[in-house]
Amino acid sequence: MRTAYDTSDVKRLIDDLTSRIARAFTPEETLNIVGIRTRGETLAQRLSASLQSQGFQKIGRGVLDITLYRDDLSEIGPRPLVKPTHLDVSIDDAPLLLVDDVLFTGRSIRAALDALSDFGRPSAIRLAVLIDRGGRELPIQADFVALTLKDVPKDHRVNVRLLENDGKDEIIVEPRGAQ
Amino acid sequence: MSEEIRWTRKHLLGLEELSADEIRFVLDTAQSLKEVSTRSIKKVPALRGRVVVNAFFEDSTRTRNSFSLAAQRLSADVIEFTERGSSVSKGETLVDTARTIEAMGIDILVVRHSAAGAAQLLSRTLKCSIVNGGDGAHEHPTQGLLDLYTIRERFGKIAGLKIAIVGDIGNSRVARSDLWGMTKLGAEVILVGPPTLVSKSFEQLGARVEYDFDKVVGEVDVIYMLRVQNERMKSAQFPTVREFTKLYGLTWDRFQRCKKDVFIMHPGPMNRGVEIQSDIADGNQSGILKQVENGLAVRMAVLYLVSQAAGANSV
Repeated sequence: MRTAYDTSDVKRLIDDLTSRIARAFTPEETLNIVGIRTRGETLAQRLSASLQSQGFQKIGRGVLDITLYRDDLSEIGPRPLVKPTHLDVSIDDAPLLLVDDVLFTGRSIRAALDALSDFGRPSAIRLAVLIDRGGRELPIQADFVALTLKDVPKDHRVNVRLLENDGKDEIIVEPRGAQ
Repeated sequence: MSEEIRWTRKHLLGLEELSADEIRFVLDTAQSLKEVSTRSIKKVPALRGRVVVNAFFEDSTRTRNSFSLAAQRLSADVIEFTERGSSVSKGETLVDTARTIEAMGIDILVVRHSAAGAAQLLSRTLKCSIVNGGDGAHEHPTQGLLDLYTIRERFGKIAGLKIAIVGDIGNSRVARSDLWGMTKLGAEVILVGPPTLVSKSFEQLGARVEYDFDKVVGEVDVIYMLRVQNERMKSAQFPTVREFTKLYGLTWDRFQRCKKDVFIMHPGPMNRGVEIQSDIADGNQSGILKQVENGLAVRMAVLYLVSQAAGANSV
């Protein structure tokens, strides 16, 4: 299994994701793009910017913090700081593209869907992820996947690092606790 | 932002034991939770299935309501326990009453009691999380936190500010929590009041003590007026109401000698015309209603944080 992807790989993956999303939606119509904090937010910003340059002019943006919607309050240790959710546009009656970096158990996406339903009723919700690493614990699948990683051991992390958050673009698969 | 630390406390008993980083962590969490109250559906499921009990053994309207609404915005179930008509009036002890409440299977007990140390006593006896809603003249930590939040929101910082807390310092749990919090975050605190109500020993806690309000009005960024407690006015420690207003009230004359952007605060309920002149309390430099608004977000943050720390089985 390949365990490292560098800056040019990440660029190629995001470009590929963008063009597949562009083909699936109509540039003249509203498309709301909502990222899940933290890396999903950054990815959503990049996707929005490149879709706009490809003629999508009615893109609404948002960012979700799903901490308050998680179902494992009593199972994991102390949490990182809760950050605000910003959905400055109405999400009703238009397609919404939910963006995250890695799709694993599906629990984050379940939490994000619950959060979105508190804000409105999109005409459809689609899911775009940079990486699908398998290991689902819920019946949730992505509509757009840039890279599928098979056979990542459960005790390994798939770390997506992005320029805006981490200083450079890369993807590293490594045992939990490494770094 | 306080990104690196984690909250591990199952109880909130006072600001004395919190580090500056922990205080900032609560304030940052509250800042994020404030958004929930701007939604059309003002609720998140974070405490779904948890039970919060408000046990107030002393009168309170705003704190109790604020805790109730905060718990409900987090989807917790809330039980209101009041002393009147309960077994407490039949002579049951605090610990027995609390144990009985806990036996119903609750997660968080918010307690207000006239005895200093009541919350700490319960935290040692019970298994659920304890949040101090005010214990005697000891601490009122959520009031302290909401005051810090409101000051930070107004000035963008707390370090370096000069803050005068004025009135009956000796009997005030609000003053103590504020003093701990403000000094930990780097503000300079001046305690102002008559010598009978402000002991010089507060200087050991890092405060400056002044008996002449007029000496400090011009130099401070925040004036925090404490409530004159009517029930204490008859005691020998207190001057007459007229004398108190003349020496320590925030009058129009004093207000005009303040810094131009001075921020006026009060924990409520106010005695208009006694410790604070009415039009100052209602003016645009008053943060009094902001304090109430921010109290909700701060209490949501506290309930959420103690609950997730309890879930993680930490201390």
